[in-house]
Amino acid sequence: MAARQDPMIPLPYRIETVQRETGDTFTLTLVPAAGDQIGPFAAGQFNMLYIFGVGEVPISISGDPSESGKLVHTIRAVGSVTRAMQRLKAGQVIGVRGPFGSSWPLEQAQGNDVVVIAGGIGLAPLRPVLYTLVKYRERFGKVILLYGSRTPEDILFRRELEKWRQRFDMEVSITVDRATGRWRGNVGVVTKLIPRAPFDPYSCIAMVCGPEIMMYYSVLSLKDQGVPTECIYISMERNMKCAIGFCGHCQYGPYFICKEGPVFRYDQVESLLNKREI
Amino acid sequence: MENLEKILAQHPFFKGMPPEHVAYLAGCAANARYNPGDFIFRNGQPANQFFLIRYGTISLEIFVPGKGAVMIETVQEGNVMGWSWLVPPYRWHFDARALELTRAIVMDGECLRKKCAEDPRLGFELMSRIARLIEERLRATQLQLIDIYGKD
Repeated sequence: MAARQDPMIPLPYRIETVQRETGDTFTLTLVPAAGDQIGPFAAGQFNMLYIFGVGEVPISISGDPSESGKLVHTIRAVGSVTRAMQRLKAGQVIGVRGPFGSSWPLEQAQGNDVVVIAGGIGLAPLRPVLYTLVKYRERFGKVILLYGSRTPEDILFRRELEKWRQRFDMEVSITVDRATGRWRGNVGVVTKLIPRAPFDPYSCIAMVCGPEIMMYYSVLSLKDQGVPTECIYISMERNMKCAIGFCGHCQYGPYFICKEGPVFRYDQVESLLNKREI
Repeated sequence: MENLEKILAQHPFFKGMPPEHVAYLAGCAANARYNPGDFIFRNGQPANQFFLIRYGTISLEIFVPGKGAVMIETVQEGNVMGWSWLVPPYRWHFDARALELTRAIVMDGECLRKKCAEDPRLGFELMSRIARLIEERLRATQLQLIDIYGKD
């Protein structure tokens, strides 16, 4: 069925599965409920998910871009809409608009080392990147994933991380902010992993997603290693409402994050980051 | 001693330090090996050592009654550990436990203090490097404290 054109009209999608990831995070797999479906997405883009009568929220797509038909969204229950989403069951129907926004620079990354740095739920918008890197592994140099989480219990996508970790052509390092005695991995902030990661700073693309403060310090550390700012990409998050650059809710300096973002080349937003007034 | 000097010069902590300073400090160094589970030091014990990790992983832990050992940081190859030998009353404020087979260069704190007092240029060089580490650790602790991945 052809993709519908009006970006403001949600299409009905049925929940195929609900997967619990951590105590407050879950993944919905959605399939078109009435035949019509949204267009293909690129890694890093988001959809607006709508629970009828409750509200609409922007959620990054966390599934594989090469799998058509199904939409996968990993959601953290933090507000009234996402908490209501947490209570949804397979078979129920929600509205979907999208896909919206800019995407991670996967084409540009070809031939280079790729450093993926994620913090907390920030791994979800980067999972489509990882699927693509694994699928077309021979097109890229070294592939490095550095992931920071609050505690071992908060680590997302454990099975996939373990699978990727076992690959000989991929370096996966995970750290947590705090742990008790049973944890055998790294403890400390994710930025600590950067100086030890074996990538070529002069021939790499870094993709960073997580809380703004984590991205800020990660970029500082990447720059310390010699990575030029034009090779660093971050994903910004703001209060996105219309998702097509009309309403202005997500304005960030000269940009609308829903339209020019959420993925920005770092030098585009460097002067805006960490500004109290913005 | 020549071997230790070479190992010290190759460790990231001493990168770029004048060779004569490294050679002078090598007199305070010794090799050490820890098996998984070994406590390298414990909270409250006298702190008279500075560790340069060559291989392995060490967990820095604080024991919280009712909660058990809470890991606050792991240190690995290329990292250094411990600066309580610098500040009176020279006591450790946490436990350090090897998580796997770990090899390190252990430097005697009293010996380092003496050499720094004898050669203020060396002392300034060493303290500058340690101050950088303290600043990095403080920044990391701030990030951990603000709970960046929390809901608020």
